[in-house]
Amino acid sequence: MTQAQSRLGLYLLMTPLMLWLLLLIIVPHIGMFLVSISVKTGVRQYVTGLGNYMVFFTEPLYWNTFARTAFMSIAATFLTLVVGFPVAYYIAKLTRGRTKTTLFLMCLIPFWVSELVRTFGWMILLRETGIFSSFLQYIGVLSGPVEFLYNDAAIMIGLVYTSMLFMVVPLVTTLDSLDDSYIEAAYDLGGNGISILREIIIPHAMPGIVSGCIVVFMLSLGNYLTPILLGGKDSLWFTGLIYSQFITRFNWELGSAFGFLLLGLSSAIVWAGLKLSRQSLTDTVGR
Amino acid sequence: MTQTDADAQFDLECRKLNKDFSGFRAVKDVSFGVPKGTFFSILGPSGCGKTTLLRMIAGFQEASSGDLLIKGNSMIGVPPNKRPVSMVFQHLALFPMMDIEANVGFGLRQRGVPREEIAKRVETVLARVGLPGVGSRQISQLSGGQKQRVAIARCMVLEPDVLLLDEPLGALDLKLREHMKIELKTLQSEFNTTFVYITHDQSEALVMSDQIAVMNHGEFEQVGSARELYYAPNTAFVAGFVGEANKFTATVDAAFGDAVTLVTQDGMELKGISPVAKMQKGDKAEVFVRPEAVRLATEADKFGGIENLNTGIVENILFNGANSHIILREEKSGGEMNVAIPQTGEFRDLNKGDKIFIGWEAAQTRCYAAGA
Amino acid sequence: MIATIPQSKTFKWTYRVYVTLFFIYLALPLTVVCAFAFNDSVFPSLPWEGFTWAWFFGDESPYIGVFNERSIIKSIGTSLFVAFWVSMLSIAVGTSNAFLFVRYDFKFKEFLYILMLLPLIIPGIILGISILVFSNTVANNLEDATGMWFDGLRPGLPLVILGQFSFIATFATLVISARLEKFDRSLEEAALNLGASKWGAVRQITLPFLMPAIAGAAVVAILMSFENFNTTLMLVGSDAPLTITMFDRLKQGSTPVLNAVSLLLIVVSALLGIASLLFQKKEG
Repeated sequence: MTQAQSRLGLYLLMTPLMLWLLLLIIVPHIGMFLVSISVKTGVRQYVTGLGNYMVFFTEPLYWNTFARTAFMSIAATFLTLVVGFPVAYYIAKLTRGRTKTTLFLMCLIPFWVSELVRTFGWMILLRETGIFSSFLQYIGVLSGPVEFLYNDAAIMIGLVYTSMLFMVVPLVTTLDSLDDSYIEAAYDLGGNGISILREIIIPHAMPGIVSGCIVVFMLSLGNYLTPILLGGKDSLWFTGLIYSQFITRFNWELGSAFGFLLLGLSSAIVWAGLKLSRQSLTDTVGR
Repeated sequence: MTQTDADAQFDLECRKLNKDFSGFRAVKDVSFGVPKGTFFSILGPSGCGKTTLLRMIAGFQEASSGDLLIKGNSMIGVPPNKRPVSMVFQHLALFPMMDIEANVGFGLRQRGVPREEIAKRVETVLARVGLPGVGSRQISQLSGGQKQRVAIARCMVLEPDVLLLDEPLGALDLKLREHMKIELKTLQSEFNTTFVYITHDQSEALVMSDQIAVMNHGEFEQVGSARELYYAPNTAFVAGFVGEANKFTATVDAAFGDAVTLVTQDGMELKGISPVAKMQKGDKAEVFVRPEAVRLATEADKFGGIENLNTGIVENILFNGANSHIILREEKSGGEMNVAIPQTGEFRDLNKGDKIFIGWEAAQTRCYAAGA
Repeated sequence: MIATIPQSKTFKWTYRVYVTLFFIYLALPLTVVCAFAFNDSVFPSLPWEGFTWAWFFGDESPYIGVFNERSIIKSIGTSLFVAFWVSMLSIAVGTSNAFLFVRYDFKFKEFLYILMLLPLIIPGIILGISILVFSNTVANNLEDATGMWFDGLRPGLPLVILGQFSFIATFATLVISARLEKFDRSLEEAALNLGASKWGAVRQITLPFLMPAIAGAAVVAILMSFENFNTTLMLVGSDAPLTITMFDRLKQGSTPVLNAVSLLLIVVSALLGIASLLFQKKEG
């Protein structure tokens, strides 16, 4: 292979990558940023300024929703970790062979199905005429139908459900790589369940915990379906605000500013997570 | 607890210990006692049940029946974190998420020992294994031999009654392994703690141990010192497994007391002894002769009145320094034999095809009933 | 803790019960969705009115089954169309990227690699709006300059395809690169040595080796495209893919016909998912 041929190959392979990244990722984001800093002064007349961002900070509804979205996403991430960890541990360390494969597959299958279908399932379960309400009336706990949908708990259940896979899979992978002899050695040296969990298992699983948490947080923050369908019209989710600015109000400038704020928050949390755990993006998402 | 002195004389004692795995008995009726301060090895081929036995002592496997005592106290039902034994794992299991100090101090932390005292005791034990001041290093910064010593320090800092070692030298290269054998033995006598060491490598067991148990198919074949096992094996398995041996299948021609005369399948006549079983004419026997028990000579009369005397043709010379052998074919029967070359220089010019006299004593020709 | 360490019976049972409850939690929503596809009632809720196939095959109002519901059949067609193109584009670009990142060293390689991973951490809805804003600006400018219409740059299927492709390509790149990393270069060299041309060696040796990964990536791309919602929502025009149609229906109030569609989706996704796992196994 001559030098010239090699360079030709390089350029040929580089072209689709550059087209993709430039036209679909970089330039659109720059464009969106430019739109977010243009303030409308008349029909198709704009000046550059931070007016849209000012609107965000001066209107309590906006930044309250922003803070609420962030807070709920952190809570959902934490809950997903707490719920998923024991299960991941069970699959990784307490089952073998066929059972392990089966349980792991059972975790995967729900997530091959569209998020819409999963959310629909929760709607059937939780709504006023739904299964829970009917069942509780049937066994006599409730005297009349109760609406379990359209509240924060419903959003939480849906978010945890939707994100579970992205927590369980990295956890199972890292826990699987923990050699049993470490646990045995710690036990042999006098450790008990709690100290081994704290000193051996969690430190070992840290990469999995971090990558799971980063992905779950991002997915929750950027989720639209679950909060809107399970939380109802007043779910106050930031992606809902972005949608309404773009589609209903047709205020793209403000919508772009919101989009940038969401992107900023998401990137900041990912960055902080990576820094805290001293990992690189390549290791975490580029598995 | 009321214990007689006789019970407590052993640091570790097993009584009729059994372990069943769904229809398969991995450990059968094993009974033994290990006196305090002994280096006790369990030697056997892989799959003989030695790992299961060790893990029962550590508490990672429950005994199906029988009793297991440490310093006279039964350990049945005691979980591994409450047993006064520590274990050095096959791949050491040094915690990669901690530095050396945290590794060695792990057990003390579990006991709630104050932090300053942990630091002091960790430093002392690291100094005793010859690694002073390495506490803040990471596990990955250590060499293979240093890791071994840290693993032992991590156990010894807890002052266990018994230290269990699960083939810890297996992962080392040959040179380091030779070195660590001596070092382990030295450490053991220094700490004066009872070591129970399992291995499939006979030279590890022979060099280090005070007592060796040879294990096969879940049973102890023989327990004794290295020399006893080597010079006076009780069973055909021990004779074949410990040290090297030429093995013949033969039929007893005549027996008088424990002296027997046999004829091999190839028709070679052998004079030997049968140390365990009484043999009679016509019995099938397995006969073992160590390559180093066979003497070589260029003239027949050099041997004096040796019981077994034959001539052989050199087929092959396997030169390996001090451990050199010749393969020769016995002239009359055509049977093959492996003979060690004494490194006195006397046989340095031996060549393929040369004829040579071989002779060995009846006492070095040990016979065991075949199929026993 | 692990099998070899003794644990109290209570602990073991509590743990088992917890894991069982977890799997019930996982299975519950999908189970009810499937079950109510067969309820002989116009609402997907209790009481159970008896078993029926009407939500699949019915053709009398109000029991119009999936297969007779034109809007749903049409949106399934739309989804398939989008998924096909997204999948083709993704594996083409993904394969090219894999060769680029695995075989070549160039300036800013690390940087480009990280840039390539970024679509994974950008929320889908933002990918959607950024592409929407950009294409709209381009369209406006082009129309001002030329006086012609550029419908392809307005919300619609071409933008949906590009929007989904913008992040699914990353997955395809990762899957195919991982396989190419395992490729033994000496096989290609042997082919060259036996007289093959450079391209011939790649076509006859390397690409067949990559095939399981390419097929796996294609299946995953179809799955992801089919169920994508966030990005699609911002870019969709008059032809709605299935998820968007279902979302609109859900907001209006659901009938068991949605359960029937969902059941079909579950079956097809599970089959595709297992297919992608089989491809991975083949890589083995």
